[in-house]
Amino acid sequence: MSGTMNLTLKVWRQKNKNDKGAFATYQVKDISPDMSFLEMFDVLNEQLISKGETPIAFDHDCREGICGMCSMYINGRPHGPLKGVTTCQLHMRSFHDGDTIVVEPWRAQAFPVIKDLVVDRSSFDRIIASGGFVSVNTGNTKDANNILIGKEDADEAFSAAACIGCGACVAACKNASAMLFVSAKISQLAMLPQGDPERKRRAENMVETMDEEGFGSCTNTGACSAECPKEISLEHIARMNREYFGAKFTSQNVK
Amino acid sequence: MKLDAKIPEGPLESKWTKYRSKVPLVNPANKRNLEVIVVGSGLAGSSAAASLAEMGYKVKVFCFQDSPRRAHSIAAQGGINAAKNYQNDGDSVYRLFYDTIKGGDYRAREANVYRLAEVSVNIIDQCVAQGVPFAREYGGLLKNRSFGGTQVKRTFYAAGQTGQQLLLGAYSALQRQIGMGNVQMFARHEMLDVVVIDGKARGIIARDLVTGNLERHFGHAVLLCTGGYGNVFYLSTNAMGSNVTAAWKAHRKGAFFANPCFTQIHPTCIPVSGDHQSKLTLMSESLRNDGRIWVPKKAGDTRHPNDIPEEERDYYLERRYPAFGNLVPRDVASRAAKERCDAGFGVGNSKQAVYLDFKSNLINKYGRAEAAKLGIQNPSMEKLIALGKEVVKEEYGNLFDMYKQITGEDPYEVPMRIYPAVHYTMGGLWVDYNLMTTIPGLYALGEANFSDHGANRLGASALMQGLADGYFVIPYTIGAYLSSEIKTKAIPTDHPAFEEAEKNVKSTINQLFSIKGSKSVDYFHKRLGKIMWDKCGMARNEKGLISAIDEIRALRAEFWKEVRVPGSADEFNPELEKAGRVADFLELGELMCVDALDRKESCGGHFREEYEEDGEALRDDDNYKYVAAWEYKENTQWNLNKEDLVYENITIAKRSYK
Ligand SMILES: Cc1cc2nc3c(=O)[nH]c(=O)nc-3n(C[C@H](O)[C@H](O)[C@H](O)COP(=O)(O)OP(=O)(O)OC[C@H]3O[C@@H](n4cnc5c(N)ncnc54)[C@H](O)[C@@H]3O)c2cc1C
Ligand code: SF4
Ligand code: FES
Repeated sequence: MSGTMNLTLKVWRQKNKNDKGAFATYQVKDISPDMSFLEMFDVLNEQLISKGETPIAFDHDCREGICGMCSMYINGRPHGPLKGVTTCQLHMRSFHDGDTIVVEPWRAQAFPVIKDLVVDRSSFDRIIASGGFVSVNTGNTKDANNILIGKEDADEAFSAAACIGCGACVAACKNASAMLFVSAKISQLAMLPQGDPERKRRAENMVETMDEEGFGSCTNTGACSAECPKEISLEHIARMNREYFGAKFTSQNVK
Repeated sequence: MKLDAKIPEGPLESKWTKYRSKVPLVNPANKRNLEVIVVGSGLAGSSAAASLAEMGYKVKVFCFQDSPRRAHSIAAQGGINAAKNYQNDGDSVYRLFYDTIKGGDYRAREANVYRLAEVSVNIIDQCVAQGVPFAREYGGLLKNRSFGGTQVKRTFYAAGQTGQQLLLGAYSALQRQIGMGNVQMFARHEMLDVVVIDGKARGIIARDLVTGNLERHFGHAVLLCTGGYGNVFYLSTNAMGSNVTAAWKAHRKGAFFANPCFTQIHPTCIPVSGDHQSKLTLMSESLRNDGRIWVPKKAGDTRHPNDIPEEERDYYLERRYPAFGNLVPRDVASRAAKERCDAGFGVGNSKQAVYLDFKSNLINKYGRAEAAKLGIQNPSMEKLIALGKEVVKEEYGNLFDMYKQITGEDPYEVPMRIYPAVHYTMGGLWVDYNLMTTIPGLYALGEANFSDHGANRLGASALMQGLADGYFVIPYTIGAYLSSEIKTKAIPTDHPAFEEAEKNVKSTINQLFSIKGSKSVDYFHKRLGKIMWDKCGMARNEKGLISAIDEIRALRAEFWKEVRVPGSADEFNPELEKAGRVADFLELGELMCVDALDRKESCGGHFREEYEEDGEALRDDDNYKYVAAWEYKENTQWNLNKEDLVYENITIAKRSYK
C-alpha cells in the first residue's frame, strides 16, 4: 500500500503495580495514515497475540475524545503531539514513516500503575466526592427557567465543565499537581447561582482531599493547560485560588 | 407464560400520578436494611443509584470503566427532549407522547411512553438544579433546538456534549452519595452473572478486573443499567467496551429479551475508512438542523463537491419528504442514504457516503442573521461565511473538530461525508410498567430495557428515558417490590446459589483459556459483525436471515474451538473481558436474526425487503402489533411470548413524513 508507514515503538511494560517495569521495543508495518493511534496499538496487539505474547494493556473506551479513559504519554507529551486532542483522536497522519515513538503511562504518585499503560485515577473520583457537586436531592427543584443565567456565565461554566477527567494535566506537571482538574469543577460551580451556597465548603474540602491524595503543589508553570486535550484555561486556577483563599479567610470550618 | 405489563387502570393522563401516590412505601428505618445493587453508572444507573441512596436505601454500584463518569452516556452529543413548551410552539406532554409513539412506528406501550413524556419536564429542572450548563439565550433563559421526527423545538443541549454534561450531573450526585457513605462504588468490576434464589434476583457475581478475583454481592433487588448491545455489529457508535453480557446472563437465567432485532442505524456517521477501523463516530442528528443532505444528480460523479453546481445536486430527503425534509426520523433517513448509494450515487472513495453540507446555512441562515444584528450592509460572501462560522462553532464546535481530526478534512470548507452506522438498540430486556423484568427483583433501566421507543427511537429521547427511569420512575416503582421484602434478611453469600453461580462463571473463564486456539477474539468479533451488518442490518430478508443463523452457529462453534485468550484469569486481562463479551454476542446475534425472521413486516428500524410499498416500510398491524418477548430455553432455543399492544388513545396510522 502506498503512503503507509513502518514504525518503531518503545512501550512501557509493567506486569502489575509491584513490578519494576521496563521499555520493550516493537516494530509495526504498513500503518495507514487514516488509522487512529489506538488502532495502531490494536494492530500491534493482534501481532503480539498471534506470536503468543501478552498484548499491551491500555485504557480506552469511547475512542471519540470524550470519556477521558485513554491516557498515553507519547514522545514525552500526554496525549501526544497535537494540541487539544486526546490519544484516541490522534491519527497516524501526525507521524512519518521510520519514526520511533515512545509510549509511557501517566506518571504521578497519585496515579499508581496497574499494568503497562493503565493507571489508577480513582483519586479524581474521591476529590469530586468530597465536594464537586450541588447538594440537591432528586425532585427538590423548581422550574428550570426560574434560574436565570446569563449566556456569558453559562458559556464560561460550560467551558470548565468540558473537562474529561483524563489526568493529562497531572501527567504534564513536574509537580504532578491536580490544580487544573480541581479548579475546573470549582470554577464551574462557582460561576453558577446553583453552586453559590456551598462555594466555600466546596473549595476547602476539594483542596484538602487533593492534598491528601498525594498530588503536588502548583507552581504556575502552565504545562497542564498547554497539554489539556480540552484546553481548560488557567483562569480557572486563578478563580479557584480566589475561592479557596476567600474561603479560608472567612472560614467557619477551621481545621 | 402470560406476560403482565402491570399497566395501572384509569385514563392515560392520570395513570402515573394515581399509581405513584398509591404505590406502597417503605419506611425510612426499613430502607436502611434494604440493599440495592445497581449495575451500570451511565445516565440510568447513576441517576437511579443517587436517587435511591438519597431515599435511604443501601446501594452498591458497579461499572467496568475506571470511573463511573466514563459510561458511554458521556458520548451523547445532540440533546435531550422535554415537553417544556418554552418556545411556545405548541408542544405538550401529549405531543411528545404522540411523536414518540409515531416515531416508534406504533410498536411501543402507550402507558410507559405517556409517563416518559410527563416526567420529561422534571428532568430538565433536576439537571439545572445540579448545575448542568445547558445552552442559554442572552436573557438567561434556556435554549432549544430541533431534532428529527418532530415539528417543535423541544431539545435542550450543551453544544455537542449534552450527554457529557448530563452524566457529569448524575455522576456528581452519585459521588456525593459515595462521599456520604450511602453508596459503595465498584469501578473496574464486571458483572458476570445474576444470582437467583427461590425465583427472585438476590445478587450478582462480579469480577474485579484489576485482580481477577470473583466476588459475590447480595442485594434485595438488582438493577441492570448496562446500556445497549449495538457492538454485536462490531462497528458501531458505541464505546469499545459496550456489551450485552449483563443483560444476556440475566436472559439465560429467565429474563425475557424483547424485540432484539429492533436496531437503530443512525444516518449521520463518519464512513468507514479501512479494515483497521475499530469503531464509528457519530455526527449528531442536530447537525441536520443546519446541514442539507445531498448526492450528485449524476451517478458516479467524481467532481469535488464544491465544484458541483446547485442545480446538479439532489437533495433527496427534501425531494422525497417535503414536510419533514432533512429532519425525517433516523430509520427513514438511513434507508434513503443506502438507496442512493446502492443506486450508484454515493460519494467519496468508497462510494458509500453522502454529503452533509453546511454552506447554505452558514451563509444564509447564520451569516445573514449575524450581519443584520451587527448592522453590516451588503456583506461580502467571505464576511457572511466568517460570521456564520462563529455561530456554528458555538453550536457544534466539538463535532466539527472531531470530524476534522478523524478525516483530515475541514467541514467548514468541504461538506461532511456521512453514512449510516449502528447506533442504538431499541430491543432489550422485557420490563413491565415498574421496569421489572420477568425475574422478580431484577429490573432493567435505560438502553438495557426494551423501553419506550418501539421500532425506532427519536433523537434526544434516550437521554430523556435513561434519566426518567433513574430519577423519577424506579424510586417509586421499586417500592411495589421492596415493601414486601422488609422481612428478608441479607442472604449470606455462602448460600449454595452463590456458590453455584460463581462456579459456573469460573468454569466458563477456565474453558476460554483452555482452548488455546490460533485466532484472536477480534477476529471472531469482526466476522460476526459482518454477518450481522450484511444480513440483519439496514435491510433484511428471509433468505439472508436463515443463512445468517447458520453462519452464526458455525462461527460460534469455531470460536469455542479456535479462540486464543492470552495471559491468565488472575490479572488485569482485557482480552479475557473481550472474549466473554464476544461469546455472549455470538448467542445474541442468533436471537436477533430469529426475531427478525419471525417479524414478517417492516416497521421502524426493522426493514424486511419483502414488506415494502414505494420504498417505505409496510407494517402489518393485524398480525404483528405485539412486543416479541423471547424466553431462553437451553442451547440457544427460544420460546416466543407476545405482549399485545393496545392503543386506546392514539389512532394508529401509516407513518408518513411526506
Ligand atoms: C455517540 C452517541 C451519541 C448519542 N447521542 C444521543 C443524544 O444526543 N441524545 C439522546 O437522547 N441519546 C443519544 N445517544 C443514546 C444515549 O446516549 C444512550 O442510549 C444512553 O446514554 C444509554 O445510557 P445507559 O445509562 O442506559 O447506558 P450507558 O451509559 O451505556 O452505561 C452503561 C453502564 O453499564 C456498565 N456495564 C455494562 N455492562 C456491565 C457489566 N457486565 N458489569 C458491570 N458494568 C457494566 C458500564 O460500565 C456503564 O457504566 C447517543 C449514543 C451514542 C453512542
Ligand atoms: S483539566 Fe484537562 S487534562 Fe486535566 S483532567 Fe480535565 S481534561 Fe484532562
Ligand atoms: S477513549 Fe474516550 S477519550 Fe479517548
